[in-house]
Amino acid sequence: MSAVDSDQRGTDDAPVVRAGRLPRLLPQRPGGGPASWAEHLARHGAPPSAGWDERRRDELIAEVGRSGLTGRGGAGFPTARKLRAVAAGRDVPVVIANGTEGEPASAKDKVLLAREPHLVLDGAVLAAHLVGARQAFVVVHEAVREIVDAAAAERRRARCDRIRLKIRTGADRFVGGEASALVNWVGNGVPLPTATPPRVSEQGLDGFPTLVQNVETLAHLALIGRYGAEWFRSLGTPEEPGSMLVTLAGAVHRPGVYEAEIGQPVQQVLALAGGAAAPLGGLLIGGYFGTWADPDTAGLLPFSAAGLSAVGASPGAGLVAALPADSCGLAETARVARYLADESAGQCGPCVFGLDAIAGALEDLAAGRSFRPDLLRRWTAQVDGRGACHHPDGAVRMIRSALRVFGAEIDRHARGWCAGRRPAGVLPVPARVLR
Amino acid sequence: MTGNGARLRVDPIACDGRALCAEVLPELITLDDWGFPIIRDGDVPPGLRAGVAEAIRLCPRLALRLDRTGPRRPPGSGRA
Repeated sequence: MSAVDSDQRGTDDAPVVRAGRLPRLLPQRPGGGPASWAEHLARHGAPPSAGWDERRRDELIAEVGRSGLTGRGGAGFPTARKLRAVAAGRDVPVVIANGTEGEPASAKDKVLLAREPHLVLDGAVLAAHLVGARQAFVVVHEAVREIVDAAAAERRRARCDRIRLKIRTGADRFVGGEASALVNWVGNGVPLPTATPPRVSEQGLDGFPTLVQNVETLAHLALIGRYGAEWFRSLGTPEEPGSMLVTLAGAVHRPGVYEAEIGQPVQQVLALAGGAAAPLGGLLIGGYFGTWADPDTAGLLPFSAAGLSAVGASPGAGLVAALPADSCGLAETARVARYLADESAGQCGPCVFGLDAIAGALEDLAAGRSFRPDLLRRWTAQVDGRGACHHPDGAVRMIRSALRVFGAEIDRHARGWCAGRRPAGVLPVPARVLR
Repeated sequence: MTGNGARLRVDPIACDGRALCAEVLPELITLDDWGFPIIRDGDVPPGLRAGVAEAIRLCPRLALRLDRTGPRRPPGSGRA
């Protein structure tokens, strides 16, 4: 890959997004707003699916494999393996781009779609070509629907895609982004997970093999399709190449969405938002299915799955929420646990009854009404892995980490004290009007 | 992996916690604190195959099945 010294405009053979440099996905644009089709072309050149030739399929999937791209929705599954699995089906597959972002504290997919809708749509179209699909559904949060509709309309006028793009609004619930729930929503209007097997990659939408891929993953795919695996690997670590969008929330100076190099120390990631705005008592890393960690320990670790595994965490969907030391980690956790219990799809007994019981015990612990960490340990063990989807597993993962990290606070509560000097509310929990 | 690779699995969406399975097959099935079945990990021992067949037959929700592929967490089963 040749060195390029301009990041203002590109040609067919020279990447404007320079190797080894950020930003990749979210360039500064004068005036803000979504990149128009013309602006998108000026920055990145023609879409990677332009003049598509079927014979490129295997070669390009192999290139995606060499890039090391993994899913940016939280699970981190290797993208090329998913592409291969769906492409191998006997039926004509479909693609679903997942931009539902039901995670209340996370905004990275909404920001990406609001600023660079065409990069995501390029990726959705390319993914469809790679697996042999003829249509791609793009399911987005209501907040960005109009922007994505407008971008899709620009593309229709430009007649640039041979894949039919169908834009949909996701369901407003936490489990709506789970792959089987998303397929169920697009196919049947029901935003609830279904039992696996079958996997959606084998039998998904209307029974056809279905590629469900997070919108950020597709944006990276669109860049890999243009600039190649070697370019992609010029950031990140050899095991976890590339960059990822992060949502930095809580006690940081400028909360928001940023793009981080994978493997940067967590402190440097927080520095993107101006760093901690107060002494910190905890970091919630990954998302509401993520892991609480001690800020001093975690701050020095690389922001990567390998690095964060030292504290049992992973980058997940890219959330880092900073809890100030004068907030109560137990109260925050109880509040999120209640939200997650309420967001259960209501289909599996251990999730319905177990998460409710766990949230209740946490509320009692946070309020100093009762002190039963033994019950919490018993119930988190009983609930783990016992739903049709990972909702209960993710919830108890977060709750167990809180019991580890906030041990001193648990002791304080047992004696009737609390570190909190404010009501819980660092972590956002949406108010439910309709339910 | 030992034995024949056949594992007893419950469809947690179909299951209503009627708990007949735990009555007829306590060797493999216990109940959680809310009355829903927890199935012991691993392959079904050959000596329990008749009991497993009985538990599957008795489930009023048809939520039990013998899975010969073993448990798996496929790609696309989580958040993509």
